[in-house]
Amino acid sequence: MSNETHEKTGMSRRDFLGLASLGAAVISSLTVLAGTFRMFKANVRYEESTKFKIGKAEEFPAGTVKKLDDKGVFILSKDDGIYAISAICTHLGCIVNQVDWGFQCPCHGSRYNEHGKVIGGPAPRSLEWLEISEAVDGSLEVDTAKSVPVGTKLKLYA
Amino acid sequence: MNELKQSGIDVFKHNIKSLLGSFAGSFLRSGKPTSDKSRAAAMFNNFFLHVQGVKTHINTLRPTYTLGLGLISFFLLIITVISGVLLMVYYSPSIEHGYTSVKDINYVVFAGKLIRNVHKWAGEGMIIFVLLHMARVFYTSSYKQGREFNWVVGIVLLILTFGINLSGYMLPWDQLSYWALVIVANIIQSPKEITDSLGITKFFDVGVFSKELFLGGLTAGKESLTRVYLLHIMLLPIFLFIFLGVHFWRIRKDGGLTKPDVFEPKPIDAGLAALPEKRGGIFPTNKTYGLMELAHGRTPVVDRDVENTVLSWPNLLIAEAALFVLCLAGVIAYSFFIDAPLKELANPMIPENPAKAPWYFLGLQELLSYSAFMGGVGLPGLALLGLALIPYLDKEPYHVGIWFSNKQGKRIALESLVVSTIVIIGLLAFVINFGWFRNWWPNVPQMLITLINPGNIWVGFMIVWSLYVIKRTGSTRMGAIALFTMFLISFLIYTYVGTELRGPNWDFFWSKSQWPIH
Repeated sequence: MSNETHEKTGMSRRDFLGLASLGAAVISSLTVLAGTFRMFKANVRYEESTKFKIGKAEEFPAGTVKKLDDKGVFILSKDDGIYAISAICTHLGCIVNQVDWGFQCPCHGSRYNEHGKVIGGPAPRSLEWLEISEAVDGSLEVDTAKSVPVGTKLKLYA
Repeated sequence: MNELKQSGIDVFKHNIKSLLGSFAGSFLRSGKPTSDKSRAAAMFNNFFLHVQGVKTHINTLRPTYTLGLGLISFFLLIITVISGVLLMVYYSPSIEHGYTSVKDINYVVFAGKLIRNVHKWAGEGMIIFVLLHMARVFYTSSYKQGREFNWVVGIVLLILTFGINLSGYMLPWDQLSYWALVIVANIIQSPKEITDSLGITKFFDVGVFSKELFLGGLTAGKESLTRVYLLHIMLLPIFLFIFLGVHFWRIRKDGGLTKPDVFEPKPIDAGLAALPEKRGGIFPTNKTYGLMELAHGRTPVVDRDVENTVLSWPNLLIAEAALFVLCLAGVIAYSFFIDAPLKELANPMIPENPAKAPWYFLGLQELLSYSAFMGGVGLPGLALLGLALIPYLDKEPYHVGIWFSNKQGKRIALESLVVSTIVIIGLLAFVINFGWFRNWWPNVPQMLITLINPGNIWVGFMIVWSLYVIKRTGSTRMGAIALFTMFLISFLIYTYVGTELRGPNWDFFWSKSQWPIH
């Protein structure tokens, strides 16, 4: 008689409790696993800040091209403003060199034009243009973590 | 009865005198291996030896069958473990002291340079011999008849071998290490190429996530070296030895190495220490059957002695010992004359030009120069998957244990060699002379290059050609031979081109002497 009841409800209490505890075990194990993986992501990094000052605007008269080696950034100054282009190749992270017609990556031969647009080689994207702003103390500030649309230049009213 | 008369001191003296013999007896558990029975017992009672059978088939002992390649890989591993522990005495895994400690090992520590060379060359030798071993197993159809999964375990071991070598390459923290680390980190990040093309990077940035997991930050620094060190000395070796244990254990369970169905001993085999003549009866008197000899596959006929086998002690053990000595001598001799490279201290501001990965990844780096994602993740993943699936897609049961299966197999292998050489060199010549899409149409979308590039075309050709061979010959084994041969040839040619013919800016040069001076 009890068997018939079981068939009607579809699952015995024993099966239900068994499945429920199995489910609880799986979920708690996965949570522990996720927590362990979270441990790999450091809360604090030893890296330098992505935002840094590069000096006063007067140090960059029109026509200046300055490569900040340790930051991986080109600072370029034209008549219509100052802009920053990332020197990190978008292919595999080498540092590009400036050449007559733009930028060239030494590692796998990616080529970019003077605006950082990719014109050859394996690079999947153009070089990033980075945010450049004027800090309160009047010096210029670059943030390598923030990219801006190509052609964005900081205009100086000097 | 005598003992009653002996004093305690006499017994003690007697025990002292026989100390050596009784210790050896207890060590071997069944006395000195002087009789066939005690030799057999010495094999299966010993923790280290019992992974091998008491008897070994003559075919397994033929140097022309196995070429000793698997054993050489294992011996090289043992050499790297010992030399690696020695290096750890002085190596300091930090970006402040790592480079100087390696310099100390090279120039200050007694025999340090030799030990470092031995570690380096034995490790890189493993790559060569694991690949050759894989080729031997493949061409003798040894991935069949219950050995399918062990082939997959072998692929895992191949990946681990590459991983251990690569992680070790990064530890000296010189220019080579640093820029290899940067390149590898960006390969790990390369799924971004796909998510960017699909426009979903904002929501699902798997590339940067994996890169951060590997580097412990967004750029290569002190955290990264700690993680790479952890991989090199702990995580990867643990997995390597676990899978190696499974690999060996399964060989034993599968009844030893493969052998041809029809086997005839040759006159030269008479030199092996043979079993005594069988003296009749269902079970020969010189043999006992125990559960440890049960294995899958075709069992030997019970009313006859196991055919064409000889005792492993001494036949197999002598061969193994000789091979180990040869291996060690070869590594030491090579290390004596050729030094492991050590460049200047890592400098994140100046990339090497050309920045090359270690030689065993230069084939991939050539593919990387077409597309970062396909060269670094897509195509190697596909190749490894294809290799792992071979035993499940080719299940023809015959020709096991015979090099190249038969005459047709030899012809297919040769034909694939010629065809693949021509096609790869043709593709390379085309790319070197004419460039690819972006050189012709600068505005071509990246997705098109990811999907259609010389690397993809080559892999596509391998698949199509193998299918054509299957259709033409009506045999999946022949298709597998074509596929595997082409895989080996492309690994060889791409590695050669990446190593020798690519110079600054990844431009093509016939020789290093033509590199521009700068």
